Amino acid sequence: MNLGDPLVELKHVSMVYGAGANAVKAVDDLTLTVHKGEFIAVVGPSGCGKSSMMKLISGLMPVASGTLTLEGNAISGPINKVGMAFQASNLLPWRTAVDNVLLPLEIVQPHRSQIGSKRDEYRQKARALLESVGLKGFTEKFPWQLSGGMQQRTSICRALIHEPEILMLDEPFGALDAFTREELWCMMRDLHAQKQITALLVTHDLREAVFLCDTVYVMSDRPGKIVKVQKVDLQRPRDIEVTYSPHFQELVQELRSFIGRH
Amino acid sequence: MQKFKETILAPTLFVIALFLLWEIVCRVFSIAPTILPSPLDIWNALLKYWNPIVSNSWQTLFTTLAGFGLAIVFGLLLGVFIGWSKAIYGALYPVMIGFNAVPKVAVVPILILWFGIGTVPAILTAFLISFFPIVVNVATGIATTEPELRDVLRALGASKLDIMRKVGIPRSMPYFFGSLKVAITLAFVGSVVSETVGSNAGLGKLMLDAQAAFKVELVFASLVMLAVLGIVLYAMTAWVEKRMTGWAFRGENQGF
Repeated sequence: MNLGDPLVELKHVSMVYGAGANAVKAVDDLTLTVHKGEFIAVVGPSGCGKSSMMKLISGLMPVASGTLTLEGNAISGPINKVGMAFQASNLLPWRTAVDNVLLPLEIVQPHRSQIGSKRDEYRQKARALLESVGLKGFTEKFPWQLSGGMQQRTSICRALIHEPEILMLDEPFGALDAFTREELWCMMRDLHAQKQITALLVTHDLREAVFLCDTVYVMSDRPGKIVKVQKVDLQRPRDIEVTYSPHFQELVQELRSFIGRH
Repeated sequence: MQKFKETILAPTLFVIALFLLWEIVCRVFSIAPTILPSPLDIWNALLKYWNPIVSNSWQTLFTTLAGFGLAIVFGLLLGVFIGWSKAIYGALYPVMIGFNAVPKVAVVPILILWFGIGTVPAILTAFLISFFPIVVNVATGIATTEPELRDVLRALGASKLDIMRKVGIPRSMPYFFGSLKVAITLAFVGSVVSETVGSNAGLGKLMLDAQAAFKVELVFASLVMLAVLGIVLYAMTAWVEKRMTGWAFRGENQGF
């Protein structure tokens, strides 16, 4: 795989919740690089600081020590170059799918000041994005009219509409049934291939991580440290059948052996 | 058809049965009309005193709605203010609870002292008693915004005002409209209480006068009028709630 230029770089980063005697170290000595166009996964036991890492990169929480840069510039506060999607779709129930997707454009400049006059154009763009993830015919539906998988697709579209530098996914498929989950893996795989997205996936699911990603990082118990970096050398494009191959199984087992060991 | 049976037919039959039972009890036990007038007595009193009842009903309706209107404005503003941050929420909440714990009937004499006997104390009592549920509901609706959703927006560089406008306030609307049903009933209670304690008009005052003159059937006729008004006001706010926040009444994932 050809790695692009480094996009996000963490060097010996640690992060602390609270202050004084109550301070809890969430992550410790974290070093990793996300390259442009790379799809990485961070896996680890519950509460190991995976989500904290996402908050760091999105600028929602400050680093306690170390350096964190995006395209060489230190991240010191919220940067609108990230898109986020979580386990719960968090769609606004009073908005249709397409209006939910438009939400970031009402916040982020320069779209924010243009959306009034170019509403139709933006709406067309949002509709096209929704249709590209298989929601043709559902763009004008309200969230309660969509299945769980469709809600999650909409949520991912919302995270992508402003063309962020990096897409951050915090267990986005965790609440879905097994079949829907595999469908969404394929959707994510196709999005990544079509749009050359850089993505960071936080997950518990090792199969998901291996299927989707180029590099998988295993984190230890809190405070989270990286204990294993696994390159996934499976050929792209990957079919869902690849998950049954011996090599895929080996990769998953290899990763599994690092979880909860430290 | 099923819906008609449940929402119209059943309650109507029940009300008729209730009044019939009341009438029968009054006749069978020969209860004096000065103790408990029968529904028929009350009906006759309603017809006989129709003019004073209607004019005083208008007065009560006016003070209730004026107080309710004030409660909506201040309730929304204060609710948004309290929901704005955890610190404000924490600081103001105990004060609000304490304020709400004071029985409003105890405040009426003070209001009369300040504003004199009349319409103003009734409006203010209605306002004071009814704005609390609005504040609490709006503040709760805003404060319970999903943290992940907040993060999504904050990561985009959204200001607190953006989050409030796009998510917090729309999100609190079902809570707000829900609280109106409670608030309108309380406002009604407030204005009648105030009219009873010290006023020169309104159904509360009419009842007080009727009681002093021993016109028990008029007391009960006013009471029935109060019940009717209360139901109408409640139904109106419930209807507005349904109209404004239909999305909140839908079940999740019903589409499939």
